[in-house]
Amino acid sequence: MEKILFLAHTDANGLLPKSAFETLNAALEIQKGLAGSTLSVGLVGGNVQAAADSIASCGAAKMFGVSGADFGVSRYATDVKALEAIGAASGATILVAPATSRFSRALPGAAFRLKAAIDTHVSGIQFTDGVLQIQRWYYRQRMMATLTRAARPWILAVDSGVFQPWQGAKGSAKVEAITVIVSDKEKRTKVTGVEAPSADAQTIRPDAVVLLVAGAGWTKKQADGQTHAKEAEKHILDFLKYAKASLGSSKSLVDQGSEGEAVLSFMSHLNQVGQTGSTPRHPKGLSTCCHGEEPHVVGWRFINERRAINTDANCGWAQGKADVLYVADAFAVMAKVNELLAKG
Amino acid sequence: MTTAFNIVVCGSLVPDPLQTLEPIQGPMGPALKNEMMLPSVLDPWAGHSLFEAANLAKQNPGSKVTLISLGPKAKLQQLMMIIAQKVPFELVCLDGSASGFMDSREVAVALAGAIEKIPGLDKTKLLVFGGCSSASRDAGTTMQMIAEQLGISDVFLSADELKVQPDGSFRILERIEGGQYQVSTCAGAPAVIGWATGNLPEPPNNPQVGMTNMRTIMPALQKAQPAALKTGAIKFASVELPKQQRQTRIVKDTPVEEIAKEIVTWIKG
Repeated sequence: MEKILFLAHTDANGLLPKSAFETLNAALEIQKGLAGSTLSVGLVGGNVQAAADSIASCGAAKMFGVSGADFGVSRYATDVKALEAIGAASGATILVAPATSRFSRALPGAAFRLKAAIDTHVSGIQFTDGVLQIQRWYYRQRMMATLTRAARPWILAVDSGVFQPWQGAKGSAKVEAITVIVSDKEKRTKVTGVEAPSADAQTIRPDAVVLLVAGAGWTKKQADGQTHAKEAEKHILDFLKYAKASLGSSKSLVDQGSEGEAVLSFMSHLNQVGQTGSTPRHPKGLSTCCHGEEPHVVGWRFINERRAINTDANCGWAQGKADVLYVADAFAVMAKVNELLAKG
Repeated sequence: MTTAFNIVVCGSLVPDPLQTLEPIQGPMGPALKNEMMLPSVLDPWAGHSLFEAANLAKQNPGSKVTLISLGPKAKLQQLMMIIAQKVPFELVCLDGSASGFMDSREVAVALAGAIEKIPGLDKTKLLVFGGCSSASRDAGTTMQMIAEQLGISDVFLSADELKVQPDGSFRILERIEGGQYQVSTCAGAPAVIGWATGNLPEPPNNPQVGMTNMRTIMPALQKAQPAALKTGAIKFASVELPKQQRQTRIVKDTPVEEIAKEIVTWIKG
């Protein structure tokens, strides 16, 4: 009989992030698929009561919590210790956690201490002959594996956007507090804050419906023999504003910044999708001025509907990867698109 | 105050991203078709960490950069021909599989063991760098497991910046959700840092650096210890290429207005 533990941490508001609710659904699906298994919850945060109350009706037999000021911040040493303590107290055999930046950093360390196996970027689960199998991608989204492990405990870090968020009634949850002593050595790292772009300059929106992928073509010489980086910036930023889209970029466009070429001022490595960038999940993606393989193969893996604008009808990386390829000047098309979006 | 660091970079080879990869079933589990024949590159995020290490070493005289690579010896030799001219480093080579299908715990045990054996390693000055994840397994778990084995409790993942402060402490920017950075300070070495892209461009080739590096690289390759990596922890039911090939509709010779209207309708739909 498997003992399943759903792990989550609170966000800056003391609540659970969306990805935690998605992962709770994954944990419940695992519990349902493994006959006789039980579900418990483990929470980490400054104060976990509100988070526990928000999932009080999820059906967990027990809720464990590690809380206090030391656990209100995302820090490896304290997070690992908290996860280790919850894992040990629960006696869980399968631990399911959201792959947030905080847990992605801490879970492998906790796995090592708990002598657990760990798989990250879990993008699906299934049951074959009563055995839990997970799906995850290898070689940067180029091949997908279905696998299982006999070892227990087994920690699964689930990617966001894979499962629907759990929805259920709030309530009054009873949390079993676990005391974790933190030494000075474990507080050598101090979290001093978050650097976030101003609301106007925010170009990465994980919850956006549309991802705009900008390629290096935006900063290349156009038909008049000149570059038009400022104009490109305006088209892209206008689109992000009107479509409330998120911005991704090809590696080549981002690299131009550090190589001293014409650049888009708001573009950084954080926008990069592909081999050394992110693989975001959005319902729709629009690629512009982009002829690279990586944005179309790797960076777009989890984009459902894909369209591309570029001037090459034979673009091998768009054909077969995009649903629609518009052979046109992206400057002209995006100017018109923005005009139409602005009119509402 | 400048501090001399012992910077150990963990990084190995991955197939060139432009290569078409095909999984096959090998005797030890999944593998890549013609794996030994595929052109390789330094794992991109590990590469960024190597460049950051070299930059940090340059700013802190007396620092030393050691690259630890786990991979097939013959392929590592080819890789070194490519990267030896980039930045100064010493090589420690572990002869074993660089396959993404290996369990990260096995890899971490081998790498941590090799770090422990570096002659004259001062753990109080130790910074272990690597990529935030590999382009092969893409798990993002190896660096933390190395930290655990080395007894290092300050770990940062997806770092883009490390600045040594006048008092010897570090200021580190880590990528978090929503295009934001978490800003942390750390009292100093030892620490383990899994880098994202960092902020540095790829250094140009420098033949002089290459010649200096090769003096230690070739003996290191000859002395490469076999890494006894166990397989079998993971039971793969299947490894497949995604089958979906989209039927791309090409729209050309169409007025800009029409294309724009179609895109707007699609976005709003």
